[in-house]
Order: sequence, then structure tokens, then C-alpha cells
Amino acid sequence: MNPLINFIYILSAALFIFGLKMLSSPATARQGNRLSSVGMLIAIIVTLMHAGLDYKWIFLGIVIGSGIGAFVAIRVKMTDMPEMVALFNGFGGISSLLLAWAEYNQNRELSVFIALVAFLSAFIGGVTFSGSMVAFGKLSGKITQKAVVFKGQHILNAAILVIALGAAVLFCITPASSLGYPLFTTILLVALAFGITSTIPIGGADMPVVISLLNSYSGLAACAAGFVISNNILIVAGALVGASGIILTNIMCKAMNRSLANVLFSGFGSTTAVQSGNGPQGEVRPASTEDVYYILEAADSVAFVPGYGLAVAQAQHAVKELGDLLEANNTEVSYAIHPVAGRMPGHMNVLLAEANVPYDQLVEMDEINPRMDTVDVCVVIGANDVVNPAALDDASSPIYGMPIIETHRANTVIVLKRSMNPGFAGIQNALFFAENARMYFGDAKASLQALVAEFKND
Amino acid sequence: MESVYLTFVFILAIFLGFELISKVPSTLHTPLMSGSNAISGITLIGAIASLQSDNLLLSTVLGTLAVAFATINVVGGYMVTNRMLEMFKKKKENKGVSQ
Repeated sequence: MNPLINFIYILSAALFIFGLKMLSSPATARQGNRLSSVGMLIAIIVTLMHAGLDYKWIFLGIVIGSGIGAFVAIRVKMTDMPEMVALFNGFGGISSLLLAWAEYNQNRELSVFIALVAFLSAFIGGVTFSGSMVAFGKLSGKITQKAVVFKGQHILNAAILVIALGAAVLFCITPASSLGYPLFTTILLVALAFGITSTIPIGGADMPVVISLLNSYSGLAACAAGFVISNNILIVAGALVGASGIILTNIMCKAMNRSLANVLFSGFGSTTAVQSGNGPQGEVRPASTEDVYYILEAADSVAFVPGYGLAVAQAQHAVKELGDLLEANNTEVSYAIHPVAGRMPGHMNVLLAEANVPYDQLVEMDEINPRMDTVDVCVVIGANDVVNPAALDDASSPIYGMPIIETHRANTVIVLKRSMNPGFAGIQNALFFAENARMYFGDAKASLQALVAEFKND
Repeated sequence: MESVYLTFVFILAIFLGFELISKVPSTLHTPLMSGSNAISGITLIGAIASLQSDNLLLSTVLGTLAVAFATINVVGGYMVTNRMLEMFKKKKENKGVSQ
């Protein structure tokens, strides 16, 4: 390969690294994203300088891809970001699979090492693709968000993995023989099947973990593809993405106090729903719009605690409007965000940013919990498990040990909720029966708008 | 020797990635994910280089598909990340919204 091209790839890699470094603060993040995109553009341009390229096909692919990519990026709603990221994880995976396939189709005389990385690229790429499509289906409501578990699921998955490994070993030994192509095709099919069977038993509330993990896979698949074609920029960029996904996966698991294995294999959210009958019981104290208005009006400090329900109700603008009115009323307003609130890491932050909430008002769980006793009112919007005190004091609860936003320690908690249905995990929430809790029933957006109207009338 | 060198690059990049990403605040985790979607579109580079004019037909078709999918990631990923990051503002800049 032309050494000049390789040198310029190093420049691109440096720009990716700087871009990620600048993501460490919201103030520089946008510039960082631009730097990263410049790195990508440079890499594309020098790659086009390779000798003997078939430009008409390249440009056809680029035109189609740019059109679709730009269309989706402009049109997607911020509440739908988890779906979009899931879809893009999948596209990253399938392009690595296709690249490995194209390379193998072109030249079957592979060394053992290249055959191994070609297998990894195709397998990880395939799992990423079909797994991401399942995640996309779940997130967009096209298939059930419930964990789908069936008898012998683990055995089936194990059998699929054994077949994949067997095919891989044979493939690595004899990629060029007449068996090579059937083996490679088997690997592709098995990878696609495994992506589906390993993602389908994971419930909607665990999606932040799954998306992060698939994000990591898409990077690792790109990495493996880089080994197949001996290209260092693919390896560096893929490794950065792989590392990013692993870190996010780890943060999400910690925020739920569960191991990755537990998230992937337990079918959480399908089995635990059974025992909802013996959850905490007691008297619920409903509140009218007027009641809530008087509580908020008198408060010195208010912390909003958003959850997935905020995204479903598209209530981010309404909550910001209420927050502004409270601030005008000399109330200190903050937004406390649990790491797994929503359907992907940082989901709530983006929604609130979209509604123009300044990022210095967004506080993390570890920041608000120590000073929770001094908070006058917590307003829980469409969140449930992440504020369930059972996680702290009920050892029999399936979410026991999960760190929560300890809203029950605030002076008053107002819970905006559609009905008394338990949350995703199917666990009844002791918070709703607490002495200092008031339930404000209704659609989150309509409820918030009613409060806004109440504030404006006085 | 080449495979050893590439593995070396891989390991260093993983460590570097851990260092960089662990400094990204949780507020920016969604843009981080869409931005890394864009970076994982780096397979575009490999897909372009694989599309030689003397390729077999199937390789050409597969390569073109790989280019298309990777480009979706690159273009869509960077654009949507930019769109999101535009929304993150400090307090002073947006006084007097929603009257």
C-alpha cells in the first residue's frame, strides 16, 4: 500500500482521538465532533487515491448511503434516538460482515490468522446486525418489549455457539478447500441466528445495556475487518468504539447493580412479574392539579426526576416550561437523572437539552442523593424502578441493591403517573404509599401543562 | 510480523479508548454513542479499498452494499451527533425562552 496513504491515516486517527477527548465537556463537544468528521473525510479522500478502484460502484454506494443517512439524521425525533442508535449499530455490523465476505469471495487463499479474523469480522458483524434489528424492533414497539423466554433457550444458544466455533475451526484450517464456502455461509447464518436468540430474551428496561454492548460489538467487528485487510485506521477506530461501548455497558450494569451475565441471560421482566401480588400495599394519596400547584408554589427547591415515561409522553418541553415558571417564582430547580433512566445512556439528558434545559441544571444521581434531605419537592415524571426504595431496604426485591435516586428522603414527593400499574420490572413501588408522597395521576404532558396553566393564572 | 504489529496497534488503541471515554460525562453519553456509530462507519475505508475494477461480480455487489451501509453510519452519525450537541447549552445563553 502507498505509504503516503498510511501516513494520512495516522492523521485521521489523531483527529478521532482529539474528537473523543473534546467530548469530555459539553462546551467543546461540538467542535470535537467536527474534528472527528474531518478525520473521516480525510481518510475517505486518501482512500479514493488507491490505484485500480471501481469508482462507479463506490460512488453509487456513497450516494445511496449519504442520502439515507442525512435523511434519517435530520428527521429523527430526539425521543427516538435509542432506535436510531440501535439501527446504526446494526449497519456498522452488517458492513463489516459484507466487507469480510467480499474479501473472502475475492481471494480464498487465506492464512490461518486472516481466516480467523475474517471469521470474527463476519460473526461479530452478523450478531451485531441481527441483534440490533431485534433491539430496534423492541425499542420502536414493532415487537414486544417484554423479555421473550422459552424452554431450552440457553441450550439453543449454547448449541448455536458450538456450531459457530466448530465451523470456525474447520474454516480456519481449510478456507480455500471446497468446504470453505459452505463453512463460511454456515458461519454467516449462525451469526444472524445467534444475534436474534441472544437479544430476544432481554426486556425493554434493559435496553441501555444491550445498545451499549451492540455499540461495542460494532466497533470490534470493524476492528476485525481491519485485520482482514491489514488496515490500521480500521483497527484504531474500531478499537476506540469497542472500548467506548464496553465502558458504557459497564456503567449501565453498575447502575442496575447487575452483572452483564444477569442482564443477558436472566430474562428479567418476564419472570419477576409473577410476584407483584405480595408487594407493598397501603393507602395512596392522590393529589389534584391545585394541590400540586400549592406544594410547588411554596417550595424553595424542586428536583425533577424524569424517566422513560417522559420520553413516551413527549413531555420534555412541558417540564422545562414548568421549571422556568418555578425559577421565576424564586424556586431552585434541578433535574436529577439516573444513569439507566430511559432506553439508552444519556437519553434523558438529550431530551432535556432539546427542551433548552441548560446542562448545568442536569445533576447526576451521586450528586443529588447526599443533599436529598434538603430538597423540598421531588417531582417524579414517568420514572418508577429508579426511585423504588425497595432497592435499598427489601432484600427480597428483584432490584435490591440497585442504586436509586432517593426521592423518598425529600420533604415531599409528587409522582406523575398514568395509573397504579407497576413499572416495567413488574415490581410494586413502596414510594407510592409513602407518607410524604402524593400521586398526581394522568398523562405526564397533560398534567405538566395543567400545572403551567395554573401558574400562569395566578 | 504484520499481524503482530497490527495486534500491537489494537491493544494500544483499546487502552487509549478506555482512557478517553471514561472522561466523557454521563450527560453526553447519547452523543457519544451516535458519534461512535459514525466512527464505526470506518469500514467505509475498507469497503472502498476492496472495490477494485477487476473484482468478481459478487465481491463488487457485496462491496457496494458495504459502502452504502457504512456511509449511512458516517453521514447519519456525524449529522445527528452535531444536531444533538447543538442543543447542549449553558445557562446564560438562553434566558427568556418560552414566555
